[in-house]
Amino acid sequence: MKSSDVILQTATKVVFFLIFLFAIHIFFAGHYTPGGGFVGGLLTASAIVLLLLAFDLKTVSRALPFNYTIMIAIGLLLALGTASASILFDVPFFTHAYDYFDLPLFGETSLHSAMLFDLGVYLVVVGATMNIILTIGSDD
Amino acid sequence: MTNLLLFPILIPILTASVLLFFPKRIAAQRAVTVVGLVASIIAALFLLRTVMTDGVQAVTLGSWPAPFGISMVSDPLSVSLVLTSLLITLGVVVYSFRSIGEGREKYFYYPAILFMLTGINGSFTTGDIFNLFVFFEVLLLASYLLIVLGGEKRQLRESIKYILVNVVSSAFFVTTVAMLYSVVGSLNMADIAEKVTEIGQSGILTVIAVMLILVFGLKGAIFPLYFWLPGSYAAPPVPVLALFGALLTKVGVYAIIRTVTLLFPHDPGFTHELLMILAILTVIAGCIGALAYYDLKQIVIYNIIIAVGVILFGVAQMNMAGLEGAVFYLIHDMLIKAGLFMLIGVIIAITGTSNLREMGGLMKTYPGLAWTWLVAAFGLAGIPPLSGFFGKLLIVQGAFEADNLWGGIIILASSLIVLLSVIRIFIHAFWGEPMPVKGTSAGIYRGLLIPAVLVTALTVFYGVGTEWLRPLMWDAAEILHQPSIYIDAVLKE
Amino acid sequence: MSVIIGFLFMAAVYLILSRSLLRVIIGTGLLSHGAHLLILTMGGFAGPAPPVVADGVTDYVDPLPQALILTAIVISFGVTAFFLVMAYRAYQELETDNMTLLKGNDEHD
Repeated sequence: MKSSDVILQTATKVVFFLIFLFAIHIFFAGHYTPGGGFVGGLLTASAIVLLLLAFDLKTVSRALPFNYTIMIAIGLLLALGTASASILFDVPFFTHAYDYFDLPLFGETSLHSAMLFDLGVYLVVVGATMNIILTIGSDD
Repeated sequence: MTNLLLFPILIPILTASVLLFFPKRIAAQRAVTVVGLVASIIAALFLLRTVMTDGVQAVTLGSWPAPFGISMVSDPLSVSLVLTSLLITLGVVVYSFRSIGEGREKYFYYPAILFMLTGINGSFTTGDIFNLFVFFEVLLLASYLLIVLGGEKRQLRESIKYILVNVVSSAFFVTTVAMLYSVVGSLNMADIAEKVTEIGQSGILTVIAVMLILVFGLKGAIFPLYFWLPGSYAAPPVPVLALFGALLTKVGVYAIIRTVTLLFPHDPGFTHELLMILAILTVIAGCIGALAYYDLKQIVIYNIIIAVGVILFGVAQMNMAGLEGAVFYLIHDMLIKAGLFMLIGVIIAITGTSNLREMGGLMKTYPGLAWTWLVAAFGLAGIPPLSGFFGKLLIVQGAFEADNLWGGIIILASSLIVLLSVIRIFIHAFWGEPMPVKGTSAGIYRGLLIPAVLVTALTVFYGVGTEWLRPLMWDAAEILHQPSIYIDAVLKE
Repeated sequence: MSVIIGFLFMAAVYLILSRSLLRVIIGTGLLSHGAHLLILTMGGFAGPAPPVVADGVTDYVDPLPQALILTAIVISFGVTAFFLVMAYRAYQELETDNMTLLKGNDEHD
């Protein structure tokens, strides 16, 4: 089914990036304020769904050639790996480390090992959601 | 090593994530799964030794102090259950090589098993009631995948009911946890136990205890709540059935044991009486089912229900003999059920049917299978010196000590019925006139029989080595009987 | 708040008992939402105060229930999504979403 709604398609091209940027903002905001990997992942997935609505499956999978199952696997490994790093230092599981860095553009930012964990969560959520939607959607 | 007790949980989930990368390469999938399981077993053995020498191990995730962070606790009971689950899973995985079929192997069969194992081991190890819920959901999600894998019509139909029952019971679990939190203001099981002792077990706490028994009873299939089990368990293929039958209900049983002994031991007149009545009814209902069917799978499935009843009856006595017997019987039952289901799988592979009326005379052609079945059947019924005997002896002794004569007699009578039901399979399938069978290749037969024989041999060792295992079981029961040991270990910092 | 929870539970029970599979799934969704709201009330619902403990903040609510709800929401999201996929597959294979037609046991498949 090739949809040809010009208004929807044009709007999507802009809105997709807005949603995606907002998802990234939410993701980084997650440490001290509401947000985080789960919400960010869901937002990203919804942006991709909007693309799917506006264009068709083939176009989208050409534009975003990810294998979502492998995305889940990477996310899981990243999250677990971060948590397991605490084993190497022989402190209880999930203990996180953090430090402050002077990054260009962002100014002084605190970087946490918890953020890597959140990145894993983000990947798992995007992967899982897209997997489910594609399972149902790819039949038509 | 602070984190040693997490290894049996972490290694399976890491292995599963690695497996997701190459779902289509079956040989690699098998190899990685076996390596992961063996590594977990080694970790669990180390953990067992540590727990035996140094007592209960506890770690709090994220270095938060104990009542606030999530505690993971490993006492003799949980570590032996973890080790048993790992051994059974290894057996089932080897068994699956020849029986599950390539289609399923390519569709995330092994990762699903490992995720389920993560959930099971996590539930056995966790010391936090909400974390218990999370691990329950992990294992349930993986079990949903396993039960529906393959997508036959019957599987789809039964799995919808299975999922629905479990989703509703999870919602009840959350509700109960919310109520518990509002009353005691804590989720750490050791902390809850301490607070309940302080404020006394008021009416609302008894209600919560009963709700918890119901929620876990739904997973563990006790009397009024077992109706979903026979239908759902019969739907998936035999290896999955063996895993479910051996492990999933036992997680519910473990959760009941933990809650009634640790959290709510103060009003045995109500909660334990209720548990005992339900357990006896469960045994009776299971016996009726086991005798009524002529279907191999259903007979053994109803035997799961009987076993659940027997274990909970032992727990409900709340004395050392009863608890020790329950622990003994719990582990015995996990092993023997896995063995029985695997043997059933062999019979079904040979005859091509699970209906007892359509088979017979296998004794002549497959003597090895027949003798293994006989040993497993005697073990299940508890004929000394096989594994079921000692657990049942202690449970009945506990019942007599607690003046529950009739309950003890019913438990004894139930073992006769158990014996009858499995020997009936033996008579119908192995004796009598040989029926024309579908047959199977020698390679598949060996590939299926060898893991089944190994698991059965494990149960024999478990029975013969009772004296050897006694200190471990004694410690496990001691902690159930004296929850203060557990509480002190968790809250020591 | 408790009225809303009661209403959610009521609607959930009604939907779960209905015949269409899709309604059953929506019912389970409502049931878990009811349970989540229950956690919020049970943790002592304290109005609009934030669940943040920092220097100088005196008015805050217990953050634990919110963490629990977040976890529970994630789980119920996953389960519901899986259930929907399952129901869709079942609808394709069995060509019905009527629960009464999904009965059956070994004898009559």
